[in-house]
Amino acid sequence: MSKCLVVVGGHRYGRPVTSAAPLIRARGLVKRFGDFTAVDGIDVEVRPGEAFGFLGPNGAGKSSTMRMIGCISPPSGGELRILGMDPVRDGPAIRARLGVCPQLDNLDPELTVQENLTTYARYFGVPRSTARRRAAELLDFVQLTERADSRVEPLSGGMKRRLTIARALVNEPEIVLLDEPTTGLDPQARHLVWERLFRLKQQGVTLVLTTHYMDEAEQLCDRLVVMDGGRIVAEGSPRALIEQHSTREVLELRFAAESQEAFAGKLDGLGERVEVLPDRVLLYVTDGDAALAQVEARGLTPAAVLVRRSSLEDVFLHLTGRTLVD
Amino acid sequence: MVDGGGTGVEVSVVQRSRPAVPALAVLAHHLTGYRRTWRAGIFSSFLLPTLTVVGFGLGVGAYVEQGVDGVPYLDWIVPGLLASTAVQVAIAESTWPVFSNFQWTRTYFAQSSAPLRVGDILAGHLGFVLFRALTASTAFLLVTALFGALASPWAVLTLPVVALLCLAVAAPTFAYAAAVSSDSWLAMLFRFALIPMTLFAGVFFPVESLPDGLRPLAYATPLWHAVDLCRAATLGVPPQSSAVGHLLYLAAWAALGWVLAVRLFRRRLVV
Repeated sequence: MSKCLVVVGGHRYGRPVTSAAPLIRARGLVKRFGDFTAVDGIDVEVRPGEAFGFLGPNGAGKSSTMRMIGCISPPSGGELRILGMDPVRDGPAIRARLGVCPQLDNLDPELTVQENLTTYARYFGVPRSTARRRAAELLDFVQLTERADSRVEPLSGGMKRRLTIARALVNEPEIVLLDEPTTGLDPQARHLVWERLFRLKQQGVTLVLTTHYMDEAEQLCDRLVVMDGGRIVAEGSPRALIEQHSTREVLELRFAAESQEAFAGKLDGLGERVEVLPDRVLLYVTDGDAALAQVEARGLTPAAVLVRRSSLEDVFLHLTGRTLVD
Repeated sequence: MVDGGGTGVEVSVVQRSRPAVPALAVLAHHLTGYRRTWRAGIFSSFLLPTLTVVGFGLGVGAYVEQGVDGVPYLDWIVPGLLASTAVQVAIAESTWPVFSNFQWTRTYFAQSSAPLRVGDILAGHLGFVLFRALTASTAFLLVTALFGALASPWAVLTLPVVALLCLAVAAPTFAYAAAVSSDSWLAMLFRFALIPMTLFAGVFFPVESLPDGLRPLAYATPLWHAVDLCRAATLGVPPQSSAVGHLLYLAAWAALGWVLAVRLFRRRLVV
């Protein structure tokens, strides 16, 4: 039990950071379900105060990894240490210091908004009066104070997600696990969730999240890994990943003709990589405008042109492919 | 305060460990939800026994002039109805609610992310079912006492008996509800287990009236053992069969049900 400030997850202020020992450390971590290998030997380190992301298409092994970190899914192989402890042996002790926001909301619809927080707080041994005060603070934090006595059922998706995030914070966790925190939310709700998560990060809470939204990863993550087929295919900061796996700019050309292929051949030698999509051609280049001038110099006249900076999405699609994963 | 974004100065201590008795925190969760619906529930817990006592005891009983084993039919049937009420509440509370906590509200998954063990989650919910069965049975006892259908003060002993009976049927039902993939299997449990058991386990007529071939089935049900004990208690007579045997048989159902339920809950929650 530690003394800490009444800020969300404010342990960092109450306890001197003695070393930057990783809070989560996985070595060759494996998860198998029968013959299927969901996580195939990954190495991960998450350091205190960091916002760490798992990116990947559906079925990449992100959620399985999160469940192992959440100590509700025993690893099938490899090594996993969370807060220096063994998740299989010390599950309850680790979970006491984690906050979990699952992919599917599992709030109790029979309870009010406030009761969802206070009953959950009791699972962490938080005394009743502390739980009530904590619930009030957290409802303020996620902007649900005026809905405190409302049932959960009529809340919007964004409100439910914010309540789930608040519930994940009742025990002032050192690590908050968020599995696709904004999937299914409208843009306003997403931005509000991002803003609150950013505030948590500023307060020193370690965030571990999965997402397949690239803008979410760029907004929130200090460091991330891209997973595909249960393996880590790239690792680094969003900026570094773009530098490493993509060019600085992308020139998007849309030709009026039926097939873009016909034009693609005439672009040889321009840029580092040419990608032909059914509706447009992407040129990965250092300088988009210069490349466009060269395109025009070759007598090509695209119907539409877009010069943009390379994004994490380009990296993601490059690494994990454009094939649809269901 | 919280919006201060880390500039707050107020100091609090938030304990982050396991509660002293984790299952009690789980029980408290279920009771908090029940607070919202108990009024409708308490009404039916008093109304239902009143109706059954009037309907079966007085209505049907008027045609059973010689009573059963020299006991007026109302007095004879009341302990059976008491035990069968406890079974109905126990099974109703451990079918759809358990299924829902896995499938619809996913409450068990929320609980398993907290520092609770599978046994805590199970014990807390089972404790709530026990609470529901005991309050319904107490209401039943009060109503029947008002009708003068309890011949002996030993009748208070029916409460521990129905508590054990509740665990004997609820624990295996928890396991069943955790194992089935669709809620239509739950309705099957009512049709093929609860209703036959209620009809043939000595609640409405003595098991001896059944054909020889069917009697062992009646004796195999947990309900019959509780009915025999409850009847002995409310009438103030010795049970037909050994009381210790009855208790051990019920305890065996409860223990086996618990072991199965823990195993099946773990299969769902720890994967």
